Amino acid sequence: MSFDSPLNAHELEERMDVYLDPALSSRRTAAGPARELAAFSAREQRFVLHWGAVIARDNAELAYQFTAFAAPALRLMDLDAVESWLLYAMDLYDKKGQMPAIRAFQEVAEFAANMQEKLAGTTLEDAAGVLERFVCGLNGRPLGIAAGERVFTDTETIFLPHVVGRLPDKESNFRLYKAMTVHQWAQNWYGTWRGGVLIEALAGGRLAEVDLALFHALETARLDACLARDLPGLHRDMLALREALDGLSPFWGDIAPELGRPAARVADTLRLVSRMRGVRPPTCCYRGELLPEAVQARWQVRLALEQDRFRIALAQLIEDQDGQPPGTDREEAQTLPETRERLAVNRREDPDMPEGFRYQLFLDGKPIAPPENVESTMESIIQDLGEIPPEYLVAAGPGLYKRGLGGESRDPDSVWSGTYHEEGAFLYDEWDYSRQHHRKGWCVLREHPLAPADLEPYYHTVRKYGGLIKSLRRTFEVLRGEDRILKRQIDGEDVDIDALVEAYGDVHMGLEMSERLFTRLHKDERNIAVMLMVDMSGSTKGWVNEAEREALILLSEALETLGDRFAIYGFSGWTRKRCEAFPVKRFDQPYNEATRRRICAIAPRDYTRMGAPIRHLCRLLKAEEARTKLLITLSDGKPDDYDPQYRGEYGIEDTRQALFEARADGIHPFCITIDEHGADYLPHMYGAANYAVVADISRLPMKVSDIYRKLTS
Amino acid sequence: MQHELRVLRPEEYFIAEEPYYEPVRDEIPVFEAAYRNRLPILLKGPTGCGKTRFMEHMAWRLKRPLITVSCHDDLTSSDLVGRFLIKGGETIWVDGPLARAVRAGGICYLDEIVEARKDTTVVIHPLADDRRVLPMEKVGELLEAPDEFCLAISYNPGYQSVLKDLKQSTRQRFVALEFDYPEAALEQKIVEKESGIDSGQARQLVKFAHMTRNLKGQGLDEGASTRLLVHAAKLIASGIPPVAACRSAVAQALTDDADMLSAVNELSSSLF
Repeated sequence: MSFDSPLNAHELEERMDVYLDPALSSRRTAAGPARELAAFSAREQRFVLHWGAVIARDNAELAYQFTAFAAPALRLMDLDAVESWLLYAMDLYDKKGQMPAIRAFQEVAEFAANMQEKLAGTTLEDAAGVLERFVCGLNGRPLGIAAGERVFTDTETIFLPHVVGRLPDKESNFRLYKAMTVHQWAQNWYGTWRGGVLIEALAGGRLAEVDLALFHALETARLDACLARDLPGLHRDMLALREALDGLSPFWGDIAPELGRPAARVADTLRLVSRMRGVRPPTCCYRGELLPEAVQARWQVRLALEQDRFRIALAQLIEDQDGQPPGTDREEAQTLPETRERLAVNRREDPDMPEGFRYQLFLDGKPIAPPENVESTMESIIQDLGEIPPEYLVAAGPGLYKRGLGGESRDPDSVWSGTYHEEGAFLYDEWDYSRQHHRKGWCVLREHPLAPADLEPYYHTVRKYGGLIKSLRRTFEVLRGEDRILKRQIDGEDVDIDALVEAYGDVHMGLEMSERLFTRLHKDERNIAVMLMVDMSGSTKGWVNEAEREALILLSEALETLGDRFAIYGFSGWTRKRCEAFPVKRFDQPYNEATRRRICAIAPRDYTRMGAPIRHLCRLLKAEEARTKLLITLSDGKPDDYDPQYRGEYGIEDTRQALFEARADGIHPFCITIDEHGADYLPHMYGAANYAVVADISRLPMKVSDIYRKLTS
Repeated sequence: MQHELRVLRPEEYFIAEEPYYEPVRDEIPVFEAAYRNRLPILLKGPTGCGKTRFMEHMAWRLKRPLITVSCHDDLTSSDLVGRFLIKGGETIWVDGPLARAVRAGGICYLDEIVEARKDTTVVIHPLADDRRVLPMEKVGELLEAPDEFCLAISYNPGYQSVLKDLKQSTRQRFVALEFDYPEAALEQKIVEKESGIDSGQARQLVKFAHMTRNLKGQGLDEGASTRLLVHAAKLIASGIPPVAACRSAVAQALTDDADMLSAVNELSSSLF
């Protein structure tokens, strides 16, 4: 096909009109773009027409912009680069909307200029994985890595640019990323923000806003001195970067030698600012900025949260010691002042801690070792304040305890009642088959607890299928790990008399004696983790839902006998912003009355956006240690959603892609459906042998256990 | 001169030279007291923190032969107690390491006991309580342990898997000693002593170990153990540059994950 001749302007315009129709008017036609494109080869023309049509499915205006700027783009870049240009613009559209995407299409020249930099540069996407682990290994509170317009830290996350391309090769650019990260980490660890000294100085006017940059330059000298002491290899790297990019030999060490002392603190830097006022701070390639407002916002929330957390932990430690929770007589008390007497901290020198001290917690005069999570809270408090302040040393009362456990702001059900937020939610990619590209962080999935329901449906099922449950248990018992005695082994616990007699005979006949003379006990241990993913979409209303519940109850009873680890999650969704998973039974929960009640609570909800729940459940399944991992979906139809884009091929392809990803992680997906037309699309999604259609709903409960047995034996 | 290899039966193997061991707490007096009272001992702790070295040291101290069995998931009770073998058409009984240790009054150390099959933990039960006998069902005998015999087992509670947990009925027969990586200063001393590198480099190595331990649960199952540090230190002492030594002796031993490997390598190169 690549030998065909290019289309002329008229033909091109005709084809463009087809997909651009909604974006065209009497004043704006496809004639211009078509004329320009006529000068290109057939291959390039096909490329533009193809992608124009793909983009038009999302947004006709963007498709027009793309078509209009395709010709200049093709003059500036090769096809691969043009493709990354348009995918970049479409990602922007996914994340930020139409305007930024249009701008990205229009600024094609700029993109092409940056392209060279991007090719040599390192993207944050590539570097973030290593950087995040690196910074976590360094010490202190774990810091996240995120992309931002400016380079700074809010003391919980380090913000870095999308791309670093100032240096000629990828490796050096990664070094620059690392230097930026380490500088921001050093602010956290060596106490630029500790004790709120800097923020107070700014608020009280001791440090003027205009001097912040000067302060930062001086503080950088102090932090660099700390790094030189503790991480000499890194410091060398950072010096080399400064030499290459800022053209400076080691700076300011002479002007401010006091900042190089190990005892120098942020207060010393503040004092120096007045002496140095008027000096122009030199540039520094990794310094970034200080954003006190961003820090303050985080700081206050965290301080309050960790104080509560610490006090609650103290209450728990007292409970462990006394055998009963303290302060049960005062339901509303926030703190229990009488516990002050019993608690103390003792500090001990440790040069590896930021302020040179480590703290040991005492209860009733005896040192106690707090659990790991409390330890990290303590460390975080010390990192913020430099100590465990005396007022923290009081156990939480029941009032605080209750509030602490509530965690209102993270309640998944309240998301839609107030302002929308994505805190505490899981973000999952979605596969766009027309772009052949993942939409990053496209689906927002939350786990919602199911309110336990009445047990009546459970009893009903047990009565209805009493006999079947018994026989299921029997069939499943057979499958359980059994000991088998293997005969004629080279090595084993016992002598195999039959083999020995035969071998003895052989020897007397002058033959060679067999080595296989022992019996060995062989244990077949089942090591299976199975995730049951239950469709809770609106279409399951009535019969289907009832059959699903019955099937789950029967299967759960059988699995209990078998001893396989299993989890049950319901799923439903309403557009990409509202994918929902309902934990009925997690892997670590027992199958007990509470679980049965939750099975009874399975009820129809909204739509079937399947990709995100599959990705979520696979993530959970992946964390289980098992030789065989199964993901079994109980469903009643095709993937579907309220938003028309997901319907049809898009949804099927996304689901298929999610299942591909699952298989790559060693998970076997299987689908049980009651959709009679399932055979039309399930082989495509799950593979030819990985689905079963149960046409008769009433037989679903029996069939499911049957299928499971076949699947795992 | 050709060096003559010594071939010994395990129950005759006495440790002649003092194995280097730095006590962290009171583990030596506790072990000795338990030994005198004929109590079995359970060593808990992560891999490479010195459990096996401690056993060697104690065997030397108490002047008893040490028989170590590294348990694996196919280890059965006959592997410990003994079995019939066939020789020239006749069956003969051969003692397993546990029975040998009992007969010789030695110290039997079952390393990573949870790895063994469940039935093996049961055969040690009668040995581990006040009966102190080893039933040998297949020959129909009971082997009574002399006072000098000592049973020790080890186990790593770090594996958070239900399958690898020690049964209550087993663990409640033992005196437990908890091991962990030693404190920074002590660990530095151990690394120096074992390898002969200078204190500055040892200090950086210990710091590096702490960094990897920060990553436990964030993608690493375990941080670098003292054993790995000693390996790295020995490489450094033989002239390998520190960053390369850390890469080969520590990073590659900890993980196969590419991102994690680069992160760990970045950490070591920032220290040296």
